Amino acid sequence: MGSNMAEAHPVGFQWVMEAKEKGATVIHVDPRFTRTSALCDLHVPLRAGSDICFLGGVVNYIFEHDLVFRDYVAPYTNASFIVNEDFTDTEDLDGLFSGWDERRTGYDRSSWQYEHEGEGGTLAEPSTREHATGHSCGASGPRLEGGSGPIRRDPTLEHPRCVYQLLKRHFARYRPEMVAEVCGTPVEQFLKVCAAWTSASGRERTAAVVYAVGWTQHTSGAQLIRTAAIIQLLLGNIGRPGGGIMAMRGHASIQGSTDIPTLFNLLPGYLPMPTAETGSDLATYLAAVKADRQKGFWRLADAYMVSLLKEYFGERASAENDFGFDWLPRTSGDHGTYRSVMDMVDGKVSGYFLLGQNPAVGSAHGRLQRLGLANLDWLVVRDLTMIESATFFGDAPEIATGEIVPSRCKTEVFFFPAAAHTEKEGSFTQTQRMLQWRDKAVAPKGDQRSELWFFYHLGRKIKALVADSGDERDEPLRALWWDYAVVGDEPQAEDVLRRINGYDERSGRLLDGYVELKADGTTSCGCWIYSGVFAGGINQAARRTPGSAKDPYALAWGWVWPANRRILYNRAAADPDGRPWSQAKACVWWDEERGEWIGHDVPDFEKSKAPSYVAPPDAVGPDALSGDDPFIMQADGKGWLMAPNGLEDGPFPTHYEPHESPVANALYAQQANPTRRVYPRPDNPSNPAPSEGHREVFPFVLTTARLTEHHTAGAMSRTLPYLSELQPALCVEVSPELARLRDLEHLGWAHVITSRAAIEARVVVTDRMAPLVVQREVVHQVWMPYHFGARGLVTGDAVNDLFGVALDPNVFIQETKAATCDIRPGRRPRGPQLSELLARYRARAGISSETGTARDATPPGGGRDGEQEA
Amino acid sequence: MRLAANSLSGPVEDVAGQAGHREHPPRMGFFTDTSVCIGCKACEVACKEWNEVPEDGLNLLGMSMDNTGSLGASSWRHVAFIEQPRRLARHDAGIAGLPVGPSGTEATAGIVESALRRAPRGGGELGTSPYEPGHVPAVPLADGPERTDFRWLMMSDVCKHCTHAACLDVCPTGALVRTEFGTVVVQQDICNGCGYCVSACPFGVIDRRPGDGRAHKCTLCYDRLRGGLEPACAKACPTSSIQYGELDALHERARGRLEALRASGVAEARLYGEDATDGVGGCGAFFLLLDEPAVYGLPSTPVVASRDLPAMWKAAGVAALGLLAAALSAFMEPRER
Repeated sequence: MGSNMAEAHPVGFQWVMEAKEKGATVIHVDPRFTRTSALCDLHVPLRAGSDICFLGGVVNYIFEHDLVFRDYVAPYTNASFIVNEDFTDTEDLDGLFSGWDERRTGYDRSSWQYEHEGEGGTLAEPSTREHATGHSCGASGPRLEGGSGPIRRDPTLEHPRCVYQLLKRHFARYRPEMVAEVCGTPVEQFLKVCAAWTSASGRERTAAVVYAVGWTQHTSGAQLIRTAAIIQLLLGNIGRPGGGIMAMRGHASIQGSTDIPTLFNLLPGYLPMPTAETGSDLATYLAAVKADRQKGFWRLADAYMVSLLKEYFGERASAENDFGFDWLPRTSGDHGTYRSVMDMVDGKVSGYFLLGQNPAVGSAHGRLQRLGLANLDWLVVRDLTMIESATFFGDAPEIATGEIVPSRCKTEVFFFPAAAHTEKEGSFTQTQRMLQWRDKAVAPKGDQRSELWFFYHLGRKIKALVADSGDERDEPLRALWWDYAVVGDEPQAEDVLRRINGYDERSGRLLDGYVELKADGTTSCGCWIYSGVFAGGINQAARRTPGSAKDPYALAWGWVWPANRRILYNRAAADPDGRPWSQAKACVWWDEERGEWIGHDVPDFEKSKAPSYVAPPDAVGPDALSGDDPFIMQADGKGWLMAPNGLEDGPFPTHYEPHESPVANALYAQQANPTRRVYPRPDNPSNPAPSEGHREVFPFVLTTARLTEHHTAGAMSRTLPYLSELQPALCVEVSPELARLRDLEHLGWAHVITSRAAIEARVVVTDRMAPLVVQREVVHQVWMPYHFGARGLVTGDAVNDLFGVALDPNVFIQETKAATCDIRPGRRPRGPQLSELLARYRARAGISSETGTARDATPPGGGRDGEQEA
Repeated sequence: MRLAANSLSGPVEDVAGQAGHREHPPRMGFFTDTSVCIGCKACEVACKEWNEVPEDGLNLLGMSMDNTGSLGASSWRHVAFIEQPRRLARHDAGIAGLPVGPSGTEATAGIVESALRRAPRGGGELGTSPYEPGHVPAVPLADGPERTDFRWLMMSDVCKHCTHAACLDVCPTGALVRTEFGTVVVQQDICNGCGYCVSACPFGVIDRRPGDGRAHKCTLCYDRLRGGLEPACAKACPTSSIQYGELDALHERARGRLEALRASGVAEARLYGEDATDGVGGCGAFFLLLDEPAVYGLPSTPVVASRDLPAMWKAAGVAALGLLAAALSAFMEPRER
C-alpha cells in the first residue's frame, strides 16, 4: 500500500514473489492497477490521499470483530495506560483534538499525556517543551517523564480513558460503508483486505506492510504510517518474523542519508539539531532530548551526543568547554528545502549546493524551484550528467513565458562532474537498515570525483582560509577535526566509517557497539546507531556470507544497525514469559538454563534481563525497562497505539482530506490536516477546497509515480539509450471512462492543468485506470510518471510543475501524491499564451493566495452539530 | 548426403552431437516462467549492455508498457504486455463494484493496429529500427457491457534456439551454426545478409539490421557460456522468471511449476516449446504461459520450414504474416476460445 514495489523496487520484489510461491497472500492497495497489482492475489483500488480512512477502517474492523491479539497488546503496548482526563478526541471536536491553539495553528499537547499515580496525577510536559515542534525532537520524540511505574494503567483494558478504549472510540465511525464513501473502495473489496490481514495475526501467523512515498508524500504522511503501525501492533505483528512495516526507500542509501542525515533538523543517529530554544548549553539541550526519569536507551542520549562532539572536535572538545557544543549551529525555525526555495525567490539566499538532486524536475512546484535557482548569486551542482537544475537559465520553460531572461539571470553555476557509485568505495544503507560495503570497480574519468573527495577538500580549503582570520565566528571551523586518512588526494572511506563506528579515545581501540559509549569524553562516535560496524576492528559491512537454514537471518551478510539486529524490537517475538509465540514464528527467546536471550537473530534486548524482571520504581534509563518492555527505545518501553508526544497533528491518526481534494471531509467538519504547512503566497496558489466552490474547474484527482524504466528526476535514465527507448515519452494514463468524458484519444496529446502549471503528454487509455464512486459521485483519477524534463535523449514537460507546496507538519514532506487537476485534449499553449491559460483557470476558480489554505475549518466552539458544507 | 534420422524434424537426442560436436557439454537453454515476470525489462537492458546491441528507436508505441514492439535484429529480448478484460484464475483485479463502462483494450489495440498497417513493413520495423507510428485515427471507445475483470500478462520473449532451426537450415553461407551447447548462433564475420533466415524463422525472431545488413539474434550469450557464466538476461532477472540451465533439468523444474500453478487454479497454464515432437523438435528456450500462445503473439504450431522442403517458400509467407499477427495479437483478445 502506498508502494508500487514491482515497478519501483523490482529487485526487492523477488522476495515478495518468493513469499507468494510459499503460499503468502499478497494484496496491493493502490489508486491504479500497476505491474505490482498484476502479480498480487488481490488489487484493491482507492482514491489517492484517502489511506488513513482505509486503514482506520481496518482498525475499526479489528475492534468490531474482536480480533485484537490481546496476549501481545496488553503487555507490549500502551493500550492499558490511562490518559489525562482533559483529553478530548476528534469525535467530540469535529476533527480537532484538545489543545488546539488557533493563534499558532498548532497543538498544546499537555492534555494528550498519560495519567500518573500519586501526587499531582497528571505530569504535564515541562515548560521547555511547550513550543517544541516535532521536527526539533529527533527520533526519541519529546521526552516523557517517569518510568512505567508511575503511569496509571488498567490491565483489563476496560477503563474508559485507557488508550485501548480511546482508540476504539476514535475509529468507531470508520466503518466499511464509510471507507467506501471516502475512499471509493467497494465494501466487499475492503472486507476482503480486512479478512486477509487480520487472519495473518496471532501466535502462528504474521503479516508485513510495505509502503513507499505513496504514503509519505501527503500532508498527513507521518500519521498515515502510524495508522499502519497501530494495525500491526493490534495484530501483534511488530518485532516478529514476517511482520513489521517496511519503508521502501527511493534510492540506494536514502536510509543512510537519514541515519547520517542530510536533514536540517537532525544530527547523526536521530539526535535533534540544537535550536535557538534548546541550544543555550549542552545540559539544556540534553534536557530537551531526554527526561531524567525516563525509561529506555534514549535516556543515555548524553553519551551519544558527547561522543558525537568528540568526533567532530577531537581534542578541542572537553568537559570544560561543554565538548564544543556551542560550536554547533542552531536552527531558528523551518529551514527545510521548500522554505529555502521560497527564501531564494525572495532574495534571502545567495548560494546553494545541489548534490544528486534535480529539483527543477524532481521537486514539487518546478516553476518555484527554477525561479529560486535563477535568483541566486552562485549555485554548485554535482551530478553525473548536466541536469536541468544546472541548465535552467537556458532551457527552463519560464524562458518562453518571459519569467527568466537568460541574459539577465545572475546565477553563476559551477558544475562538478561526479563519480558514479561504481567509481568509488563506500557503504550503502538499505531499507532494512543494512550497511553493505562496496568496492570501487573502475576509476572515475577526467574530472569526475567522489562526494567524499569534494567535501574533504572543500573543508580543508575553508579551514585553511579561516586559520588565521582571528574572527570569533570562524572558531567552529578551526576547531573541527578534519584529519582523515588520504591516499593520493582521495580520502579513505573506510577511515570515515571507522570514525563513524567510534573509538575509545584513551586506548585508540575501535568500539564494539553503542553500549560502550560514555558521556565523559573518553569515547568518540560519528553516529551512535552505527557503532559496531567496525566491531573487532573488522569492517562488518563488507561481510558476504549468505544465509542458510541454520542462519536464516544471514547474520554475517553486511551489518544492520543497531548491533546487527535484523528485526527491531524482537523481544516481542517471544511471549511475556520469554517463550516463542509458536515454533513457526520463533525468532529470539529466553533460555532459562543459560539465563540469557538467544535465537536466530541478535536479541534486541539486554541479553541477561529475564522476562520476569520487574524494574524498581526508582530506576531510570535501560535499568527501568522491565522484562516485558520490548520497545526499548520508547520512553515507556511500550509500542505506542497512542502517541502522547512527538507528533504535531494529534495522538491518533485522523482522516483529513488532502490539501487539494475534490470532496468535503465526510467524517469531520475539519477538511484538511489543520497543522499542515501551507505557504499562502501569489507564486504558490492552491486549487480551492470544496467549501470554497468551483470544484468543477479542477474536478479530477492527480497522482504521480515512477516507472521501472526511469529513475526519479531522470538524470540517470533519460541520458541512457537502453532505458530511454523503453519509456520514450511522457504519458498520462486515463481510464476509458475519463477518455470518453474529455474526448481523449489513445496516443493523442492532452494537457493537464492545475493552478500552478499546464503540461502536455501523450494519452494512454487503459483499463488499468478506473473511476471510483466517492460520496455518491464519480471521481476520476489521472496518473503521470514524473521522470521527464527538458534535457536528455527523451524529453517532456516536468510533471512536478503541477504541484504546489503544502507539507506534512512533522517531517516537511510535500504532498505530491494527491492533488486536483483538469485534463483537456490537445497540446498546451506556448509562451505568454500559457500564462494566460493559467490566469484564466485561476480566475474561473476564484483563486487568491489564501485559497485552499484555511486550517481550522471547524465551527467555533467545536462540536459536531453544524451541517457540513458540500 | 544421407540425412541422419530426424535431422530435419522430430525429436533429437543429442542436438550438439548431431551437429558434429564430439565432446560437448549438455544442451543448455532458457526456461522463461511468465507467471512470475514483473515486466521490469531488466532482461532487455542487460542483453543490450552485454551484447552491445544498439538502441532501436525512441518511440512510444501505445502497446501497454511495451515500447519495443517485437523481437528483431536490435531487440533480442522483448517483454510483451497483454492487457485484457478477462480474469486470471483466482487473481482479483478489484474492478467489481466500480462505476466502469466498456473496456478500452479493443479500441487501443485498434489504434496500434492501424498504425502498424500504415508502416512500411507492416510493423516489421519494431525491434529493428526507429519507427514513428505518428498520429493515427482514433478508434471510438466501444459501447457494450461494463468491464468486470482485468488481467495484465507479461512475458519475456527470446530466440527459441530450436532443435530444428530453420534459420540454420536455410543459411547458405554457414554463418548460422549449432554450438556445443546446442544453441544457434550467427557468426557475424560470415553472414552475407542474404536474409533467407529471416523468412525461414517460424517465430519471426531473426532479422537484418538496417545499415548493417547482417542478421542478428540472441546468442544465448555464447561468450558468457564459454566463460562459465549464465546469460546476461537470466543474470539480471530479479524474480527468476528467466532461468538458465541444462535443458533436461529445466524441463523437470518447469513441469513441477506447471503442476503447482494448475493446482492453484490457473487451468490454462501450459508449457510452450518443451515438446520434442512439435514442429521444430522442441526449443532450447521454452516458456510457461498462462494462456494460449496466440494471446502472447506466439505461433500456436510453429513448424520448421525444412520439414517440408518443397513448401518452404509457402511457409516463409506464413511466417511473414505471423510476424504481423504476433505484433497485433498481443493486444487483442483471441477471437476464438
